[in-house]
Amino acid sequence: MNGSDMTGRLVTGISGFDQIALGGLPSGRTTLVTGSTGSGKTLFAVEFLARGILRAGEPGVFVTFEETPDDLRRNWASLGFPVRQWEREGKWAFVDASAGFQEAPVIGSYDFGALAARIGHAARQVSAARISVDSLDAVFTRFAGAALVRHELARIAGTLEDAGVTSVITAERAGEDGRISRYGVEEFVVDNVVVLRNVLDHERRRRTIEIVKMRGAPHRTGQWLFTIDPRDELDRMCGGGFFKDAIILLVGPSGAGKTLTSLKFLAAGLRGGERCLAFTFDENREQVRRNSAGWGIDLDSAEESGLLRIVCEYPEVASLEDHFIRIRRAIEEHQPGRLVIDTLSALERIVSPRALLDFVIALGALVRQHGITTLLTSAPAGRFTPQLTPSIAGEIASLTDVTITLRYFEQHGEIRRAIAVMQTRGSAHDPGIRQVTIDGDGMHIAGPVPGTAGIISGAAAFLTLPGTADPPASESPQPGG
Amino acid sequence: MTAYFFRLYVTGQTERSLAAEANLRALCDSRLPGSYELDVIDTAEQPGLAEEQRILATPTVVRLAPLPQRRVIGDLSDHHRAAWALGLPGQPAPARQGDEE
Repeated sequence: MNGSDMTGRLVTGISGFDQIALGGLPSGRTTLVTGSTGSGKTLFAVEFLARGILRAGEPGVFVTFEETPDDLRRNWASLGFPVRQWEREGKWAFVDASAGFQEAPVIGSYDFGALAARIGHAARQVSAARISVDSLDAVFTRFAGAALVRHELARIAGTLEDAGVTSVITAERAGEDGRISRYGVEEFVVDNVVVLRNVLDHERRRRTIEIVKMRGAPHRTGQWLFTIDPRDELDRMCGGGFFKDAIILLVGPSGAGKTLTSLKFLAAGLRGGERCLAFTFDENREQVRRNSAGWGIDLDSAEESGLLRIVCEYPEVASLEDHFIRIRRAIEEHQPGRLVIDTLSALERIVSPRALLDFVIALGALVRQHGITTLLTSAPAGRFTPQLTPSIAGEIASLTDVTITLRYFEQHGEIRRAIAVMQTRGSAHDPGIRQVTIDGDGMHIAGPVPGTAGIISGAAAFLTLPGTADPPASESPQPGG
Repeated sequence: MTAYFFRLYVTGQTERSLAAEANLRALCDSRLPGSYELDVIDTAEQPGLAEEQRILATPTVVRLAPLPQRRVIGDLSDHHRAAWALGLPGQPAPARQGDEE
């Protein structure tokens, strides 16, 4: 059982969610998750329990109103959640509220005391730390009357909180706008409300997630993309992918993988049907095309389909103000979800560092207003002088949400590449420095680079911890490349 | 003579719980004098029994015998409708038999 630490957070383990919620759901409290049909409510409720078991061995109770436990066991096995096995191991219990209710006539007044008692019973049986209730509507749709809904929801939330568990209750939302929940009272009973949306946006269906309120706790506002590619190691290093709307600064010397990372960033967006815009000030169109083709990224067809727009310009052809106006115009015309500027360093040639900083501030305001996830690249001056970040990089870094540093370092007589996520604003991320290999398939992020220091500062050196006789090389999980 | 067996699920000794039991006993005493049994189960004390029967709302009365089982939710404040819904003998069914919406 959890304590009832009011201010604590329970890391849900749901990819990307914990960053938005700045740590997770309020521990020991109830969170209402509402959304229209198909917005992913049930999935959220299931993942909340499954991740608890997989990550932290925290047992859970699933209260199901709509589908039977049998259907659910079958469906989730296909998602890779072995619910049946977890039930045998005493980590998962169902409260089956799916049947035996609809047929009975109602004569006189009643309440949901038995349901609350059953939930409490199941929670004690498995020593639950998490409970999901999916969804209340099946019960409540039959019984109009805001007062009853409000009263019973308060009773169930009270039972959940008395049990010391962190819980998620899902509820149906009639549409994408207007009232948060069907009865318009649910959100007043529960301290924490999350809205899932499934909307058509520029002819693409997108799922978003928004934390409407989280009482007594900070959280990120606005809608966030709900789907993140779990196979991407960089996403994992950043704690589950970039936030939608995030501004990412990618710093590294030439050849360290900046362009490839930005191409991958575009390719991932295009794969998800997102509109992308790229401004490159370093290379001409032919070079960009050749680069991307070399990594198996087909930009031509993406451009033909209209999803992608690439603008190649030499910095010197216009003033910085004109460049900004062109970028703004392109954003307004193309309405991208992702933007790449490659590189800021090229623009630095034509203006003072201070003017470039002003440019980044203005650009930041512009992309945030449009909700564009933006990747900016920046190169230090020389290949083997990684300490020399651009003069403005420090200040720009403070304007961005995430700073990713690519570096060369020397190990065992070889030049290797390393990647580190320096800062992701207000969220957890992998603090490790990881090795990067680049081959014909693109970029691979490998395990942490162990036993070294000074990669990011530019003076790589091995660390031998006092008392450890092993040289670092023997424990380093270097892949072949 | 058919034997009637009812199980009444309540949660706690609330006014509603007591009303349901009183209504059910009054109904059975008038319609089934001496030929019924009634168990009262407090789900707060025996949640496992509520789980077995998938009880959500309380009060709920389940007619276990004679078969088929019947269920009625609520404190049974309307005796006529309750008697009809539980299939009790002795009185004509209420004029309007259709269930509510």
